[in-house]
Amino acid sequence: MKIVLENLTKIFPSRDKKAGKEVVAVNNFNFTIPDGKLIGLLGPSGCGKSTTLYMISGLQKPTGGKIFFGEDDVTELSTENRGIGLVFQNYALYPHLTVKQNILFPLQNLKGADKMSKEAMLERAYEAARLVQIEELMDRKPSELSGGQQQRVAIARALVKMPRVLLLDEPLSNLDARLRLQTREEIRRIQKETGITTVFVTHDQEEAMSISDMIVVMKLGVVQQIGQPQDVYDSPANLFVAKFLGTPPINVFSGRVKGEKLFIGEEAVLDVKGVKDQDVTVGVRPEGFVPDENGPLHTIPSNVEVMGRDVSVVSTHEASLNPQVRSIINSDHKVDVSAGVVRWTLKPHKVFLFNKDTEERILPEEA
Amino acid sequence: MVDSKQQWKAWLYLAPAIVLLLVFTVWPIINTVRMAFLENYSGLKAAGGATFQFGLGNFEKVIGYRRFVSCLKNTVLLCLLTVPISTILALLIAVALNSIKVCQKALQTIFFLPYVTNSIAIGMVFAAMFNIVGSFYGTQNEIIVTAGIINNVIQFFGGEPINWINYGSTYEANMLVMTVYIVWNALPFKILVLLGGLQSINKQYYDAAKVDGTSRRRIFTRITVPLLSPMIAYVVITGFIGGFKEYTSIVGIFGEKMGPPDDAGRLNTMVGFIYDALSTNSQGRASAAALILFGIILVVTMINMQVSKKRVHY
Repeated sequence: MKIVLENLTKIFPSRDKKAGKEVVAVNNFNFTIPDGKLIGLLGPSGCGKSTTLYMISGLQKPTGGKIFFGEDDVTELSTENRGIGLVFQNYALYPHLTVKQNILFPLQNLKGADKMSKEAMLERAYEAARLVQIEELMDRKPSELSGGQQQRVAIARALVKMPRVLLLDEPLSNLDARLRLQTREEIRRIQKETGITTVFVTHDQEEAMSISDMIVVMKLGVVQQIGQPQDVYDSPANLFVAKFLGTPPINVFSGRVKGEKLFIGEEAVLDVKGVKDQDVTVGVRPEGFVPDENGPLHTIPSNVEVMGRDVSVVSTHEASLNPQVRSIINSDHKVDVSAGVVRWTLKPHKVFLFNKDTEERILPEEA
Repeated sequence: MVDSKQQWKAWLYLAPAIVLLLVFTVWPIINTVRMAFLENYSGLKAAGGATFQFGLGNFEKVIGYRRFVSCLKNTVLLCLLTVPISTILALLIAVALNSIKVCQKALQTIFFLPYVTNSIAIGMVFAAMFNIVGSFYGTQNEIIVTAGIINNVIQFFGGEPINWINYGSTYEANMLVMTVYIVWNALPFKILVLLGGLQSINKQYYDAAKVDGTSRRRIFTRITVPLLSPMIAYVVITGFIGGFKEYTSIVGIFGEKMGPPDDAGRLNTMVGFIYDALSTNSQGRASAAALILFGIILVVTMINMQVSKKRVHY
């Protein structure tokens, strides 16, 4: 089931009628979610990603625009008739019901022709439980489960009625780091096994990048970029996207282009063919630095963090817009901090130029 | 732990409260038990230097009174009638109040007003509403002039006026009036507690139920009531305890006679019985009755707790 969002807009009226301004939570969102894919809605808090999810679910009504599931216009359809499964951020498992009763709950609501026999319901419930591997927990109460187990129960409850679309609201935010890693792979596995079109919301870029087929980066209700995670990472559309994706975050310098050369400070660090002379903001991924005794860029190192496989060199540069410049290099390279200066060459495909005012990406014009 | 040298300070700070509690709570309780087991104990005789033997005479006497049995029956009946009715009504009103958006605060205030109103005053208003004649007590030969609002309403719809509380009224009519009055009086506190409970239920449960297409009825029975069960248990338990101590409401409607003019004391309750015993200087019998009441409340509360252990979730 593909999902089409057409000019989707949500405006929250102001609380204070006199002074307050209305809030545009989602602004003119256009996107087609392909059938059977896992999509991550990504952005900082308040960017409208959850609102978008809740509009797809039907719990919130859009101010403008349309939502299609396949060919059906579901914009005016109420939540229960959309055939969605929704997993809430804190799971919203009914605390007084056992795991089994929780999973059975949506099935027991079915009426008329859809009504199922007790045996059929149990069978479906166990099937869903098997999928998320919680069969042995069926008689426990939610309070007797760990966060990860509760999460699985919530997913099972959402899947048991075989929804057309599965929606997950910050599914991993309540889990500890190790469990998060495990659960996100679990979600990926379940999604692949069921083939249900899945949309999930997260503010954690690593989470989104690692399991999504496509990510949608949002900021203040406006979609910034849509694409496959690697493509978005390798070719950010603007400075916001570049800054938001990647850990450690991208290094940002103020620089200028003169005679098809990029200057950071006084040093010409890179050839940039087809870019007009102008002041620019330069983004350099931490892995874009190569230590080179004759390299054009020099920074003043403050310390070196050894992480086993990699070495992270923390240094400063006067043109840097961040307090520190962080470069990640292979631990085979030796960096001598006591020398007081490190010289680098830059990998051209890890360096992005942005317009100083609009922060949009500057791409070289084809000659 | 507090330094042992500092402990005298703690005791000093606690002293005023402890002294008051000892004098006005602990000693009276002990004294009640003592008086209950002294044969024919009377404060007046004790002051005169009489001594009393230990024994169960007071209890035997109390249980032997015809009035005691009727008081016990009235108390239990009123409890069994008013607690379930008021709890269910309060639950429905609280859910309704919680779901409306317009004027919610104003309506909450209106529903809470009876709580801050004197129950004797409320009783007098109710008595006036259920009255059939102009005067409060009435006699056999009084001309019936329908003055009570309730009878006016009944007549408006073509019914016969009912003698609710006046001379010659039936026990059933009296109990109905008492039930309506006590339920009405008990509602505000219950609504307040249940509404507070409702508002602390996470809204996401309702969103989840909505996504799953749960009917309103099922949301109420399978989600709201179970999640509210701790508050419901609290309201029921305190309701029963309050119900067994019912007294002022009877006075409010029937005055000190505790019944219609032709059958004084017909609606008397356990607490009323204790007061009556005290007023005739029979502290021994009053204490025995108080202990019996205590025992009943204890047993009922324990049953309540057992039931709620099974029924109250998490």
